[in-house]
Amino acid sequence: MLKSLKAPVLSFLGFILIGVVLEFGFSAFIQITALFVLVNIILAMSLNLVNGTTGQFSLGHAGFMAVGAYVSAYSSQHWVPLPESLGFLNFIIYAVLAGLFAAFFGFLVGQPSLRLKGDYLAIVTLGFGEIIRVALLNMDFLGGARGIHAIPTLPEGWGLSRFMSQYLFGLFWTVTCFFVLWRIIHSSHGRALLSVREDEIAAEAMGVNTTSMKVRAFVIAAFFAGVAGAMSAHYVRYISPSSFGFLKSVDVVIMVVLGGMGSMTGAIFAAILVTLLPEVLRGLQDLTGVDLRMVIYSLALILVMILRPKGLFGEMELPDLWRRYVRRSS
Amino acid sequence: MSDALLEVSGITMRFGGLKAVDNLSFTLKKGQLGGLIGPNGAGKTTVFNMLTGVYRPTHGDVKLGGRSMVGLRPYQISHHGLTRTFQNIRLFKNLSVLNNVLIATHQHARTGLWAAVARNQAFRKEDREMRERALDLLKIFKLDGKADEQAGSLPYGQQRQLEIVRAMATQPKVILLDEPAAGMNHSETHSLMETIARIRQDFQLTVLLIEHDMKLVMGICENIVVLDHGVKIEEGAPERIRSSPKVIEAYLGVEEE
Repeated sequence: MLKSLKAPVLSFLGFILIGVVLEFGFSAFIQITALFVLVNIILAMSLNLVNGTTGQFSLGHAGFMAVGAYVSAYSSQHWVPLPESLGFLNFIIYAVLAGLFAAFFGFLVGQPSLRLKGDYLAIVTLGFGEIIRVALLNMDFLGGARGIHAIPTLPEGWGLSRFMSQYLFGLFWTVTCFFVLWRIIHSSHGRALLSVREDEIAAEAMGVNTTSMKVRAFVIAAFFAGVAGAMSAHYVRYISPSSFGFLKSVDVVIMVVLGGMGSMTGAIFAAILVTLLPEVLRGLQDLTGVDLRMVIYSLALILVMILRPKGLFGEMELPDLWRRYVRRSS
Repeated sequence: MSDALLEVSGITMRFGGLKAVDNLSFTLKKGQLGGLIGPNGAGKTTVFNMLTGVYRPTHGDVKLGGRSMVGLRPYQISHHGLTRTFQNIRLFKNLSVLNNVLIATHQHARTGLWAAVARNQAFRKEDREMRERALDLLKIFKLDGKADEQAGSLPYGQQRQLEIVRAMATQPKVILLDEPAAGMNHSETHSLMETIARIRQDFQLTVLLIEHDMKLVMGICENIVVLDHGVKIEEGAPERIRSSPKVIEAYLGVEEE
């Protein structure tokens, strides 16, 4: 048990370094962008489990995110389970709660996916996302269209600045999400998920319960989407139904496709790229006076899909790509 | 009749107005090697699909070891010990040869998702055992050297062999082979015959195979069922089938006077 915690703990400690660099060397704007990189990495990794590994096409990730964001925001305003001094842990509890709620919705949406495939499933999940959004719009105790304001954020304390504790919170979930998903994918369960993508009829004949596999994928992915929603709620401190529209789901799908369906490290890389590219291009706007950000962003996406139709990493993970590169150059 | 492992009684499959299989009955005893033959379109693969739960028979019953399999999902039937290979190869083509076999062993995995996430001792031990067992099975067809290759990149004959290995990995009682020798040349077919006979011995398997290659069927099958237009026209030992006028008629047509 201790041995299996070694890699997650070490990588958590390692990535704290990036937080320290951001803390002392960069502006608040870059810091909040970095926090959103973490949110998007979790979204992309979790959607990759459904769309990449299991081969189902879900377009409702923003819906799960919305559920998580609202649950976490609402509970943080109305419920303080642990004393102030352990404030950091409170937020972990809110996020777990957010994840569990989202996972329950994942279970519900997983049900139609038992019968539907491809485009049809995409439309159902899309509809689900919209239902969530419209339902939130009409719930007055959640603020309706006005959303929720003044959401508590992570406390300063223990010698940590606000940004640092926000970063650690995000890093904790990113590392957790990565290792949970990575270990599932690289286990017998992950192989069973892959078999659903490859050939459902053969998978069933080999004793894989394809229905339960699909539902599991949906539930696990929804959990982490809910957590990502919770993170974004506590970072921005304001949420409204319009923050979780259809376009947010499309953004996540773009990350997964761009990185390569089924490649977790690809999803991470693409999430970083897609989050940073529009921000980096802001500098160009000052230079030219015209906002070319979205034009360049779209062109970049089209170019990648032409040059690497299977995504940047294809189906391979970073270590595989590295090994191939070493073999070629020797 | 108590030693009948697979009991098929009166199964019928109707697709709209078409009766693909009509009132078919036969039994397989434990350890027996049965053959299911018939001209193209006779309904052989439909029978396999009914036995494995892909189709639900319109009428009739399929019993495995005394338990009815009708209405169960394919994966449940596989858990009860009935598995198959496919006529048009259905490997997980993008996955490695080893992973193809490992997926079939998943149903016997005892450690759950939490163990996988925690990477605990039980999980690691089981994962190691699964891999060893899978490699052992691959040795049957000397495929263990290709364990890391992509399944879709194997030559055709080896893909068929891999399908058999994958089916074996589910630890079946009964294995249904759908044209295992299709597209193989004479010597490949011959060595396949020997392997089928050997794995039946070693693993105490009951085998039912669909085959066009008459030599293979007549050479190894003990009991043969002949289908034509969905109806059983003959059943018995190879000698009986060989001399049956009905079978000859179904395959070659009637002599015109």
